[in-house]
Amino acid sequence: MSRSLAPGVAVAEPLVLDEPLSFWGGVDPATGLIVEPSHPQYGESVAGRVVVMPHGRGSSSSSSVLAELLRQGVGPAAIVLREPDSILAIGALVAAELYGTVCPIVVTAEDPGPGPWVVDGDGAFVLGGQL
Amino acid sequence: MDLSDRDREMLAGGMGEAVQLAMRLLVAVGRAEDAPHLIDVIAGHIDACLFHGVAGLDFAERLVAGGGEVAVPTTLNVSSLDLIHPELYRGDPETARLARRLMDAYVAMGCRPTWTCAPYQLAWRPGLGDQIAWGESNAIVFANSVLGARTNRYGDFLDICAALTGRVPYTGLHTDEGRLGDLVVELRLEDRMLDDEVTYALIGHAVGRIAGVDVPVIVGLDPLRATEDRLKNLGAAAASSGAVAMFHAVGVTPEAPTLEHALGGRDARAHFLDVEGLDEARRQLSRPTGELGAVSVGTPHMSITELRELARLVEGRKTKVPFYVNTSRDVHATAEAEGVVEVIEAAGIRLVTDTCTYITPIMGDVRGDLMTNSGKLAFYAPANLGVTVALASLADCVESAMRGEMVVRAK
Repeated sequence: MSRSLAPGVAVAEPLVLDEPLSFWGGVDPATGLIVEPSHPQYGESVAGRVVVMPHGRGSSSSSSVLAELLRQGVGPAAIVLREPDSILAIGALVAAELYGTVCPIVVTAEDPGPGPWVVDGDGAFVLGGQL
Repeated sequence: MDLSDRDREMLAGGMGEAVQLAMRLLVAVGRAEDAPHLIDVIAGHIDACLFHGVAGLDFAERLVAGGGEVAVPTTLNVSSLDLIHPELYRGDPETARLARRLMDAYVAMGCRPTWTCAPYQLAWRPGLGDQIAWGESNAIVFANSVLGARTNRYGDFLDICAALTGRVPYTGLHTDEGRLGDLVVELRLEDRMLDDEVTYALIGHAVGRIAGVDVPVIVGLDPLRATEDRLKNLGAAAASSGAVAMFHAVGVTPEAPTLEHALGGRDARAHFLDVEGLDEARRQLSRPTGELGAVSVGTPHMSITELRELARLVEGRKTKVPFYVNTSRDVHATAEAEGVVEVIEAAGIRLVTDTCTYITPIMGDVRGDLMTNSGKLAFYAPANLGVTVALASLADCVESAMRGEMVVRAK
């Protein structure tokens, strides 16, 4: 069953991460680039993408970094997780409160196939493929 | 989700705008997590006082403007600045100014200016069964695992929401069920390896990668050798490589007198960690070039026990490379009263308080490897500081610093 951690709707290409990523220490808050050298997606940007990962990782500061990415306009368009993560949820919720940004976060076991994906944080579902 | 009358009053704005915003966010997260209701917490620890950008400052200042005042005793994590040794900061002055404003905002809400990532080293700390709301990944895993207090992983923002309301969603590690082990990691190591403090960092790193968000049960630690400081290093590494918020160590941690207790009769997937697995963890954390650049220890903050040990190791000697030690102002005060600070500083070592060398520009350019005994520092330093890391025991870090070249002695 899918569930929503943060509201809003976004359409974007997925960036599927092969390993969990700590936004703090792992993403440059000014650019959205993944800066953790040992991460498989090192050098790619989360900006404007549906970031897909199994679960969050590491620092509890990741909420601040996610909010800062969204404030600067270089945050993910949406986040899709396999397991709930309140650290990412609160980052998106606070950015929405402060700046009116939209970054839906949906937890789902489903794989919607090739992109672009529609991530619906109001209805708690993800659609992909031949749109 | 069932809300109490008082929760509803907070949500309706009857206790001020800051409390209203905090409760709105708590309820949103609680609903997302399917929490049945909220519960009281008796203490908070705030991670959000560390500056990561304007968003965090905007949020804190909005809470202050909304009359925010913490409802429970609340301590503060490290910040970006060392207020006792401000001359150590080498970063951008504008960032320092914003970071200072952030610190002031949290103090204005009634938080105690403890500025430490190791609140479990303070005079008061929570005990078995206490419900708390702590931020900072290493503090969270220590509170749950070593103290038996109960906290979920409170990220920045949710930490202060909990402190302002004294409430959190009743889910996860706050519940009996959520604290049971999900997987077992059996150690198949040589006994002498448990005498080496580096082993604990490596176990933590490996366990974090195996466990992810789950609660691992470690079998094979020795209660006499798994000291609090070693468990601190283990937990901090596991919370860096994974999202581990709690571990059990059978016969060592308070909720795991036996494997059966730790698992609560549930099925658990079984893993093992042998010497090869430990070597792999070492290769992931420690990739030295062999040329010693600097030493940094105390991530998480050094305890008084560790500072005494450091003083014993360095007494009458002089470091040949830059050597930094992170600790809290409270532990620093104790160490100063004991004469420990004097001994350490006489060896040419810089004590850093209120912050940490891995998150703020203090060390300047490190030419060569950064040597440390911290699994957490080893994990984050390559990305945060752009350095190569050599992981070694405190004694080897000291010996290397005093000789000016890297010495790693076999255990």
